Amino acid sequence: MSAWLNGIQSATSGAGLHDQQFNGLFLLFLGITGFFYLIVIVALIAAIILRRRRTGSEPLARAALFGWVGAVVVGLAVLSAASFLVDRRVDAATMGRPPLKIELVANQWWWDVRYHGASPSDEVHTANELHLPVGVPALVTLKSNDVIHSFWVPPLAGKQDLVPGRTNDILLLPRRTGLFRGQCAEFCGTQHARMALDVTVESLPDFRRWQRAQRAPAFAPRTALAQGGYAYVTQRECANCHNITGTPASGRFGPDLTHLASRRSIGAGTYPMTRGHLYAWVADPQGAKPGNNMPYIGFEAQDLHAVVAYLQSLK
Amino acid sequence: MIASLVSLSACDREERESRGRPLAEAAAGGPLVSTLRAGEPPHPRPDPRAAEYENNAYAVSQGQKLFQAMNCSGCHAHGGGGMGPALMDDQWRYGGNMEQIVATLDQGRPNGMLSWRGRLTAQQMWQLAAYVRSLSAQQRQDVLPGRADEPSNTEPQTLRSREEMHSSSPAGVQGTAQ
Repeated sequence: MSAWLNGIQSATSGAGLHDQQFNGLFLLFLGITGFFYLIVIVALIAAIILRRRRTGSEPLARAALFGWVGAVVVGLAVLSAASFLVDRRVDAATMGRPPLKIELVANQWWWDVRYHGASPSDEVHTANELHLPVGVPALVTLKSNDVIHSFWVPPLAGKQDLVPGRTNDILLLPRRTGLFRGQCAEFCGTQHARMALDVTVESLPDFRRWQRAQRAPAFAPRTALAQGGYAYVTQRECANCHNITGTPASGRFGPDLTHLASRRSIGAGTYPMTRGHLYAWVADPQGAKPGNNMPYIGFEAQDLHAVVAYLQSLK
Repeated sequence: MIASLVSLSACDREERESRGRPLAEAAAGGPLVSTLRAGEPPHPRPDPRAAEYENNAYAVSQGQKLFQAMNCSGCHAHGGGGMGPALMDDQWRYGGNMEQIVATLDQGRPNGMLSWRGRLTAQQMWQLAAYVRSLSAQQRQDVLPGRADEPSNTEPQTLRSREEMHSSSPAGVQGTAQ
């Protein structure tokens, strides 16, 4: 979709351990099965020609049969061994290191993200973005609130479905830093295409810094305009669905807004996080992402200015 | 060909008004305790929006979602009633047509029903009203949700028989409620 959200979703970039290992395995499978495919085609052509000339000999056919069976046995043995080795290697790379525990809940059409810690006060609650430290395994628990979604960050690992009423999980091990775009990979309704997940892989100190910032309650509004926005957001429609930690707004049905302005996108990758796009989103969410569950409020102009000023202060 | 044309006509039951119309109730200044006055007609003025949301499968399912999200079940259970009156029976204290239910949501009612003015948009109140009417099967059969989003001890609405509305006048059911 939009270039501003990390452009290409390449499944062959090998930015994650799983992606890299399985990519190698895929190429090996492709090579060996391709080789056998060629043999079959060559044998087919040879058979047609030999049949026409009626010059087939019994010993040649016997040799071909033994050769074929031998090649199949060797090919399958190589593929089995390679699968086994890749499985062991992935296991060895992730074993013995406590993984980062993340809970990802899919909703129509956004991602609810929770980082679990040693105690409840270590928890980080955010939405539509995933921050991962490089080289640390992350165990992502996958749940869904409504329909079947699918978690897919192509450069890191394969797909895993999020099924309502069930818990799935997927292990990630990012190997290099960067920004990656994840995408819901199971059709889940009208806005399936605009259900992106912004993934940031960063160094461990950067990740710790981000985590500390996210644990803090929301900043108090400073300007008079932002204070007006604070009053509107916490007392009117917004607070029914959105949570802003440290304020009376504690709804749980929409994305957490505590550090909204620190994210890179609005509406699960619908817009980049800019002042103009915040206006567009808040004034008319149904124009930005038709059919999503955020209703059209019909703000008065002064309320709109105030709400946007407040949301922008939620760094 | 004919079958596909016939099935196309069924799309009407899900026609969507994505934004809803601007609020009428936002105009009133200050909190309104109650507009109920003795001797006044029980019907709020008919609203053309009622027809858009009535018998609309999308509105009913969005209403169902809101009914859970706004914790209506806390008092009304899944329509069976508890602290608040049952919604799946044939009795309506404050009237059971779309406009009356929206007025109840908007203004709140004595003994615990809070006012949702300024907390839900008009569109959401109409969607809730459509769902509340579906609880006693007042909606067309083919727009009713076949299953609840949460575990429920009541039968699916599609199996429910329509409760005739006893009286559209609140006075008619005042004494018999609960």
